[in-house]
Amino acid sequence: MKNKRYYLSIFFLILLPIILFFASFLIGRYPITPIEVIMTLLAPLNSELAISPSITSIVFDIRLPRIIAAMLVGASLAIAGAAFQGIFKNPLVSPDILGVSNGAGFGAALAILVAGGNGIIQLFSFIFGLISVFITYSISKSYKAGGILVLVLCGVAISAFFNALISGAKFIADPNDKLPQIVYWLMGSLSAVNTEKLIMIIIPILMGIAVLMILRWRLNILAMGDEEAQSLGIHPSRLRLVTIVACTLVTAASVSISGIIGWVGLLVPHITRMIVGPDHKVLIPASLSIGASFLLIIDNVSRTATSIEMPIGILTAIIGVPIFLYLLRKGYSQWS
Amino acid sequence: MILDVKNIAFSYDSNNSNNKNKNNGDNKSNRIFENISFSIEKGDVLCILGPNGTGKTTLLKCLNGIYNPNQGDILINEKKIDKFSFNEISKIIGYIPQGHVSTFPFSVLDVVLMGRAPYISLMESPNKKDLKIAKKALKTLGIAHMKDKEYTNLSGGERQLVFLARVLAQEPELLILDEPTSHLDFGNQIRLLEIIDQLAKSGLAIIMSSHFPDHAFSTSNKVAIMKDGNFIDFGNPVDVITADNLKIAYNIDIEIIESKNKQKFCMPIKPNIPLKF
Repeated sequence: MKNKRYYLSIFFLILLPIILFFASFLIGRYPITPIEVIMTLLAPLNSELAISPSITSIVFDIRLPRIIAAMLVGASLAIAGAAFQGIFKNPLVSPDILGVSNGAGFGAALAILVAGGNGIIQLFSFIFGLISVFITYSISKSYKAGGILVLVLCGVAISAFFNALISGAKFIADPNDKLPQIVYWLMGSLSAVNTEKLIMIIIPILMGIAVLMILRWRLNILAMGDEEAQSLGIHPSRLRLVTIVACTLVTAASVSISGIIGWVGLLVPHITRMIVGPDHKVLIPASLSIGASFLLIIDNVSRTATSIEMPIGILTAIIGVPIFLYLLRKGYSQWS
Repeated sequence: MILDVKNIAFSYDSNNSNNKNKNNGDNKSNRIFENISFSIEKGDVLCILGPNGTGKTTLLKCLNGIYNPNQGDILINEKKIDKFSFNEISKIIGYIPQGHVSTFPFSVLDVVLMGRAPYISLMESPNKKDLKIAKKALKTLGIAHMKDKEYTNLSGGERQLVFLARVLAQEPELLILDEPTSHLDFGNQIRLLEIIDQLAKSGLAIIMSSHFPDHAFSTSNKVAIMKDGNFIDFGNPVDVITADNLKIAYNIDIEIIESKNKQKFCMPIKPNIPLKF
C-alpha cells in the first residue's frame, strides 16, 4: 500500500483544496482575472496592490466567506462521517445518525416560525442539533444494555421524532412566506453566507476538527470492538463520547450555516477510503481534504450553473451519486 | 506472582463491564461461576478445559478487568485489580478474544501497531520506536512478509498469528488467550501450541482456554477443569487430566494413552447415543 502511488495521492490531497481555493475566486457572475485575485488577496498587507473597491468587495465580502464556508462545511461533514463510521464500526453510518440534522432542522424551522432573523435561525439550529444528540446519548446511556446498536437505534428514533416536529412546523407555517423559507432552508444552501455567520461557526468547527485530528489514530482501535479496545488500554465509552461530542459540534455548526446537506458525510469517507485505505491516521485528514474540495466544487456549480441558484443539497446527491456508484464498481473489490 | 485469583464469583445480575460496585450476588440463577482460586507465575502455561457454556470466557474477561467479579479478589503483581486503570492493566496483560468481528480491512502492520496503544499518550500516534517493536513482533512470529496485506483477507491461522503479534507488541507479562486454536486446521493448531510453548519459555505467563485435553498435555504445566461454574480440579496435567475428571466434565468415557516418548493422549470411547430415525 505505502508505495509511490500512496505518496502521490497524499501530495495530491494536500494540493487539491489549495488549488480549488484560489480557482474558486475566478468563478462567478462578475469576471475577475487570476492576477486581480492575487493582488486583491495580498492587498491587506500592502494597500497599493488593491485594484478597485468593487473587486475588493467581491473578493472579500462575497466570494471569500462563501469559499471558506463551503470548505468548512464539506470538511466537517466528511470528517464527522469518517469518525462515526469508525466508532460505530459501520460503513453505512453518516454524521446525522444520532439525530443532529433533524434536530438542527427543527431548530431552524422553529426560529423561522417565531422570529425569522438570520442569526436566530442559525443559533436555534445549532443548539437544537446539540440537544437532539444529547437526548439520544442520554436515553441510550440510561438503558442497561447501552451498546452501540442501542445508541444508533436511539439516534434513528430521535431523528424520526424531530423529523415529525419539522413536518408539524411546516404544517402550521404560513404557506405564503414561512413555509417556503423552511423548505428552502431544509434543502441546504450557502447563498446567504456572510462573514458574521462564518465567524459564529468557525470556533466550534475548528475545535471539533482539532479533537478528531488528535484522536484519529485511536479510532482504529475503537473500530476493533470495545473489549479489544479495553484490553489495549483504551476506555472505549469515554473515547466514543469525546468523538461523538466533537462530531456533533462540527456537524451542528455546519448544518446551522448551510441547512441540511446530505450525502457528503456518507460519500466522502468512502471515496477517501478507496484512495488511502482504512487507517484513520490518514483517513481523517484525507477526508478533510476531499470533503472540503468536493463541497467547494459542488457549490461553485450551484452558484454558476443556472440563473437561479440551485440548492446545494440537491446537487450533492445529483453529482455525488454517480461518482459514488462509479467508484463503488472498482473500489471495494477487496471488501467482503 | 503475576496473577493471584482468590475465591472469585461472577453473576450477570446487575453487572456490566463498567460497574465497579460489588454486590453479594445471592441471585443463584444468574451465577456464572464461583469459588475460583488459582495463581500464575512467570513461565506458567495454564490451560482451562471445560464444556461449552461453563463460563471459561467470562472468567478470562474477569482476569483482564473487562468484567468485575462480584466476590473475591484478583491480584496483579500483588496489587488488587480494581486499583489499576485499563491502561495499566494493558501493559501487564495482553488478551486475544475469541471470534473477532472485523469491519475495516486494516493492514497487518496497522493491526499490530495497535498493540502499542498502552504506551502512546492521548495526543500522539505511533512513532519510529513503536514501528520497530511492531515489526519485531511480526518477525518473531515469522509473518513479516505479510505486513502490508489486509488482515481481513488472511486465513484463520494467519489472522491468529497477527493478533499474537499485536499482543507481543503490547509487551505484557501475561497473555490471556481465549481458545486460540479454535478455527485452526490441525497443523496450525500444533504450530500455535509450539509458539505458545516458546513464548512461555521466553518468560511470559500464559492462560488459555481450550477444548482439547491433548493441548493441555502437550503445552501447559497447569490445568484447570471447569464444570458448572467451578474448578473441579486444578494442578499439573498428569494429575488433573484423568478419565474420571473428563467423564465428569464432558460426560464421555475416555482412555488416557501414553506414547513411546511418554507423551500422554486422550482417546475417547464412542458414546452410545440412541437416535431414532
